Amino acid sequence: MSPRRRATATQLTEAAPVFAALGDATRLKLVARLCADGPQSIASLSEDAGVSRQAVTKHLHALGSAGLVRDAWRGRERIFELEPRRLEPARRCLDHIAAEWDDVLRRLQAFVEEP
Amino acid sequence: MASIMTDRIDKTITLRAPRSRVWRALTDSEAFGTWFRAKLEDPFIEGATTRGRITYPGYEHLTLEMQVERIEPERLFSFRWHPYAVKPGVDYSSEPTTLVEFRLEDAGSDTTLTIVESGFDRIPLSRRDEAFRMNDQGWSEQAGNIERHVTTA
Repeated sequence: MSPRRRATATQLTEAAPVFAALGDATRLKLVARLCADGPQSIASLSEDAGVSRQAVTKHLHALGSAGLVRDAWRGRERIFELEPRRLEPARRCLDHIAAEWDDVLRRLQAFVEEP
Repeated sequence: MASIMTDRIDKTITLRAPRSRVWRALTDSEAFGTWFRAKLEDPFIEGATTRGRITYPGYEHLTLEMQVERIEPERLFSFRWHPYAVKPGVDYSSEPTTLVEFRLEDAGSDTTLTIVESGFDRIPLSRRDEAFRMNDQGWSEQAGNIERHVTTA
């Protein structure tokens, strides 16, 4: 599918590690939770995660390597939080596809609105 | 939700045309091909696959495959396809798809069309790499130039 699939090489290269890190259901869920509920501990992230605490820790490290989350000690607890800036390259990739949808929709508009 | 940030595209447009006309433009595969710029071989039928060929200048070597999911008259038309399916001759059938949904609503005598494409987070990294390599070969850039030319003319 491709008139709509133009993204520059640089953008795809930058986005690749982010997409790879997000390409896992558990990690995606962790990112969504950090986004919705803000910074929190591994214990709290492990609740309802559907996987063990060790697995959550492992996934958080993977997200950390992609620069998507960062952690800090708060007292004796390690708190993880989202690094939203890292989502930007992935976001830009989608912006390209979104722009291509704009072109497609403009053609649809011309098609249905013509007298 | 973070997943919304990278997983889906959401667009809304108001079309100065009655709902029935927009519906026909979307679900009559010949009409669809006219504005989308593709030559589709089969009609859209729920549960069936519609195949065709892109007619967009510079992309004529590409095929298009749409797995139709739902056709709810004048309300919802949805299908799945393979984003980044840019390499001729490659069988993409076993790979994850994105879901494209067109929803229609009345807006007075006009029609509000909402389109959502979702599932990008499941698309394998290798596919994005491939799109990147194809870009390197230059044809994509070339076609982009043509597109800019025709859309600004």
